[in-house]
Amino acid sequence: MEKLLPASLLLLAASNFVAPNAHSQVTPQRLLDSAKEPQNWLMYSGDYSGHRFSTLDQISTTNASALVPKWAYQTMAGGKFETTPLVVDGILYATGQDDRAFALDAKSGRPIWQYQRALPADIRPCCGRVNRGLAILGDKVFFGTLDTHVIALDSKTGNVVWDATAFDYRKGYSITLAPLVIKNLVIVGVSGGEYGIRGFIDAYDASTGERKWRFYTVPGPGEAGHETWEADSWKIGGAPAWITGSYDPATNTTFWTTGNPSPSNRGEGRAGDNLYSNSLLALDPDTGELKWYFQFTKHDEHDWDATQVPVMMDQGEKHLIAQANRNGFFYVIDRSTGKLVFSNPYAKVTWSNSKDSEGRPASLKEASPTPEGSRVCPGAAGATNWMSPTYDPQTKLFYVTAREQCDIFSTAPQPYEEGHAYYGSAYFPNDDTAPFWGALRAIDPDTGKIKWEWKHPSPTWSGVLSTAGGLVFTGDAEGNFIALDAAAGKSLWHFQCGASVYSSPMSFAIDGKQYVAVAAGSTLFTFALP
Amino acid sequence: MPALNKSKNKPKRLWRTRQMLEDAVLRCFLIVFFAALAANFTVPKFYAQDQNPIANDPKASKLGEFQFRSNCAFCHGLGARGGGRGPDLTRAQKRHGNADADLFRTINEGVPGTAMPPNGATQQGVGMTDTEIWQVIAYIRSVQVKAPAQPLGDAARGKQLFYGAAACSTCHMIEGKGGRLGPDLTATGSARATDYLVESVRYPSRRLAQGISEAMKEFSQEYETVKVETADGQKFTGVVLNEDHFTLQMLDLREQLHLFEKDKLRSYEKSRESLMPAYDPKMLSDKDLQDILAFLLSVGAR
Repeated sequence: MEKLLPASLLLLAASNFVAPNAHSQVTPQRLLDSAKEPQNWLMYSGDYSGHRFSTLDQISTTNASALVPKWAYQTMAGGKFETTPLVVDGILYATGQDDRAFALDAKSGRPIWQYQRALPADIRPCCGRVNRGLAILGDKVFFGTLDTHVIALDSKTGNVVWDATAFDYRKGYSITLAPLVIKNLVIVGVSGGEYGIRGFIDAYDASTGERKWRFYTVPGPGEAGHETWEADSWKIGGAPAWITGSYDPATNTTFWTTGNPSPSNRGEGRAGDNLYSNSLLALDPDTGELKWYFQFTKHDEHDWDATQVPVMMDQGEKHLIAQANRNGFFYVIDRSTGKLVFSNPYAKVTWSNSKDSEGRPASLKEASPTPEGSRVCPGAAGATNWMSPTYDPQTKLFYVTAREQCDIFSTAPQPYEEGHAYYGSAYFPNDDTAPFWGALRAIDPDTGKIKWEWKHPSPTWSGVLSTAGGLVFTGDAEGNFIALDAAAGKSLWHFQCGASVYSSPMSFAIDGKQYVAVAAGSTLFTFALP
Repeated sequence: MPALNKSKNKPKRLWRTRQMLEDAVLRCFLIVFFAALAANFTVPKFYAQDQNPIANDPKASKLGEFQFRSNCAFCHGLGARGGGRGPDLTRAQKRHGNADADLFRTINEGVPGTAMPPNGATQQGVGMTDTEIWQVIAYIRSVQVKAPAQPLGDAARGKQLFYGAAACSTCHMIEGKGGRLGPDLTATGSARATDYLVESVRYPSRRLAQGISEAMKEFSQEYETVKVETADGQKFTGVVLNEDHFTLQMLDLREQLHLFEKDKLRSYEKSRESLMPAYDPKMLSDKDLQDILAFLLSVGAR
């Protein structure tokens, strides 16, 4: 008996090495080949292209009306539940409010582990104690926290494997986005455009948590672009990077977007274009080196972050990136060069009525905020925001959540105080008699024209998923989760979730059955055919 | 693995030692506080968090104004005088409590069932620290009128008008008495600026009153007018209690509730022309209006 135990342990250990496990590790190659495993959802946008498109087609235009809820998981937390889950080999990984993370049996909804970060009492994240999701590699999931750490959790237990401090949260930094894993690196960006931070994008070694590179989104002295900042304004220039990027393996380029310059609604004191605020950045994922940039809004004074997931599209020989920007224009950009192909408004725009020599919308002087207030469309929340769009390669349409709201932008001088809100402004709803509203818009990316629109009674913060079943899924502020015909924009099914949707849906499959998942209220819902 | 149900809110306890050390203003306050304590040899009536610890710092209200502009003005207006969405905060009487601690709680936790969200929970503004909330309270105190709003007219006569000749009670309820078609006005006198109330009577369609506020939904339902015709030809006019893309919940002119699926209706027409008549000075003299406002204020102050 004395010898049996060690021997059996050895056998157990050996079997683990030899026997291929149903829950095999997620390798960098699997992430590259995500199209080969449509049953899984391996990263925030589903794949590296940022399409948020599922090739699963079991749920289709002909049977979507029969969808039923399968299970729900409740975080029991207040605030906005913005997560997009990952699903890998039958296990669902997601995050919740107040930096929760959890792993569920994706078929039954039963929790396998739950984690909640012990957050300091004095964190100061803008816009809610939110998190949008995880990234996965090997036997770890990666999580950016509200106190500006990047942590790795063991994917089987939720134990903390490593914990890296990205920055001092007391200076107004936080992390809310889902990280992006490329090769052996975990890439994150920071939130904090409301606090006069200096934004950056970081890469951490997935095995150890060691930081491999940092790209400051506001160039320092001696760096190109530094001259676009007045005096010392670059030190508190903002330009956070708070939405997950995409990746083109063909050119080994990762695309990230940045937010507003600080203070968001006051240009005085930061004369210049304020690079690389409100920009699309093409970075080398191995080094963090900048290949090119495209700035959507120069010298922004309206809080129009460009933090919308960069969506890659290939049209024959043309390799493009599409973005419906918060400033109300839809842009198509050549992703080899960063040159603009065209831009076209997709929502009401009053700040621009002409294009510059490169075809970019040029800003009207009278659109600048004034002490008394000046009415501008779109409003501060933008014509869209962080909620994910989707590109459906079958319909060849780009679907985006749009918002019709104009605001009155007022500006006032404000001294910078480290770690304190730094807007230099206030904004108000305009006096229009009609209430603000929203819409899901299907944009033809060849022309920028709107093919169809689904009206929301009030603006929604839900993203959009498209599927090979000819469907797009989205949610509304009134709590409905809706399936629409992707070609025509007609609703085929809806479910009342009981609270506003503030997340972007995803799809997965287990044992040949397709599910669609969305977070609403404090509940994660899954739906499937009966 | 930490337990899931940790309190997410800031601890409601005495100020943390580190913050006290960091905050020179607070330190000064504490010196004065303890000096006063020592001089009087009395037990203090309040804990530190029950009163604004930076109330006497002139800088605090200025800093609070910046916070107010960023976080509160979207609904409460510049100068805290109220907007279409939020009450006038320059009123001495606050609907959800007058003490500093009440204001702190209202700002930090929001007011469930109203459009007032918890601190930092929505898109409007950022999460404020305890110090920043106290700065906002200092600012609100600095713009607050010194005395409770004085009735401008004769409240007793206003009450007669409300329930009588002016017919307000046909549609509005006060303390359980009156109609249901318009908003209950019991609390309105304490919440809204006089200008807003006058506008609501003279031009009711200019800014429709707010109805139901759902948790986490950005915008409240408003008192819109709706006309429907059902598949079997019945016609109803009334106010929208709530709606979404697919359904409508309404109260008709006879105060009957109707719950509809929109795609089953023959017709459905919504309007932002209020069902309330515009009370011009011929219908309601300035004097009568002032008396009714005095009545609303007297009820709101209770």
